[in-house]
Amino acid sequence: MTTVVTENCKGCRFTDCVAVCPVACFHYDDEMLYIDPDVCIDCSACIPECPVEAIFEEDDLPEGQEQWIEINAEKAPDLPLIEEPMEALPEAEQRKADLGF
Amino acid sequence: MSSLGDESSPLRVAIIGSGPSGFYATEALIKSGLNVEIDLIERLPAPYGLVRNGVAPDHPKLKQAIEVYKKVAQNPEFNFVGNVTVGVDITAEDLQQTYHAVMYTCGAETDRQLGIPGEDLAGSHTATEFVGWYNGHPDYRDRTFDLSHETAVVIGQGNVAADVARILAKSVDELKHTDIAQHALDALAESRVRTIYVVGRRGPAQAKFASKELKEFLEIENCRPYIDPVELELNPASEEEINSKAGRGNKKNVEIFHQFAGSEDTGKPRICIATFLKSPLRLEGGERLEKVVFEANELSGEPFGQSAQGTGQTTEIACGILFRSIGYNGVPIPGVPFYDRWGTIPNDAGRITSEQGGAVVPGLYTAGWIKRGPSGIIGTNRACAVESVESLLADLGQLDADRPGREGLYQILGRNGVRHVNFIQWEKIDAAEVAAGEPKGKPREKFTRQAEMLAVANG
Repeated sequence: MTTVVTENCKGCRFTDCVAVCPVACFHYDDEMLYIDPDVCIDCSACIPECPVEAIFEEDDLPEGQEQWIEINAEKAPDLPLIEEPMEALPEAEQRKADLGF
Repeated sequence: MSSLGDESSPLRVAIIGSGPSGFYATEALIKSGLNVEIDLIERLPAPYGLVRNGVAPDHPKLKQAIEVYKKVAQNPEFNFVGNVTVGVDITAEDLQQTYHAVMYTCGAETDRQLGIPGEDLAGSHTATEFVGWYNGHPDYRDRTFDLSHETAVVIGQGNVAADVARILAKSVDELKHTDIAQHALDALAESRVRTIYVVGRRGPAQAKFASKELKEFLEIENCRPYIDPVELELNPASEEEINSKAGRGNKKNVEIFHQFAGSEDTGKPRICIATFLKSPLRLEGGERLEKVVFEANELSGEPFGQSAQGTGQTTEIACGILFRSIGYNGVPIPGVPFYDRWGTIPNDAGRITSEQGGAVVPGLYTAGWIKRGPSGIIGTNRACAVESVESLLADLGQLDADRPGREGLYQILGRNGVRHVNFIQWEKIDAAEVAAGEPKGKPREKFTRQAEMLAVANG
């Protein structure tokens, strides 16, 4: 099992999750974060940190989000690692409001 | 003029306690890019604190956090000083005079008490003792637990309570290929425990379990998780809690509790029963524990501020063994400020203060459970340690520059006749444990006595 970043992160990239990751398993691109499932230890510390509830345990994914398991696994290893939180994307607050948070 | 952390004047820091917080503080100091010399002082010959001695043996994935700590340990700035107890082998005052900064990351090592009559009866234990015992912690090697009675009671509804209940519930087959200590596996093989109660003061919506931990109970080979469905009726305030954003995790817990309530009796030999709204009033027994008397509670107050109020009604559970897991306190270190009420070191963003709300003591810092109390999980301590290191780095200009660091430490230890264990020696112990586990199909067989560890370290 692993933990997965999903759709809601796209356009937000708040990175609060990164501060509590014990193993540095988050990677990023211009849009969002991804978790490397080979490094993640399934501690779930990141899940409650996300202001837009984008992170789920694999077996707890909402319907229609299953594709993110593969996307995280494929993308994370080739993208740069993020170990410290950084500024959210400029449109993050708007996106958060649009998502209803 | 040079300043601390320059190429010519290394910042010398002692960190006390080599659990997650100690390693994350070390990592943050190294990442600062300053010239740092870090001595990570640990009272056991083995590092990694609760990741080694607390995380349950059947949670091997969580223990992979150790891979991160191993990498930190490979940095030239890092030095492990094991087998050294602050307050015994070296005083806190000596440390303060030896280093530019001292950071206490020594965790919360003792259980909170129930404070009820009978708490000291034979058969009444702390979760810490049991967890330390099955994890092979040298302090708890010689504890014995009488598992000859059919009923066990766990007081508390957090993740440690779940660990204790799960280890009691699992079969030996489910545990024998983990790094559980052999003495514990042998004792659990003889266990006659069939019913395990996990008792909470408040309701199902307030239980502190991580949902993931609860779900595991649905998978145990020989144990059925159960809750009387009546106990899952929530009051309006609890309904409001679980339907709000902050109650997301609690809502998941309640959903899993409903699965427990609907679980079929498939003839599994053990049953684990979660029960709510009960506070233990007293433990009764002659020579040893025979029963717990509970007072029934009801909740009152606003959502997220509900407290348990006794109703005067009592119930009893006959049992032979009880574990309390209702929170943890730090243990005071002589010469280091301590706030008894919270069981923590008083601090302001990681800077130790003379008393709660008092003035900052220059050069002293803290991180982890001893700083903020026993909440959060492994990763929470990373954010916590980063905050404390930021405070330390902001204070560099005010620290007393004239400190010998490591050389001074070794002089004091030599004078006090203390032989420490370095990281290379620990790696010998580590390799010997892994080798001892191999023929049994275990990831390691831990040494459970300090003398055994030291024999390997010095061999």
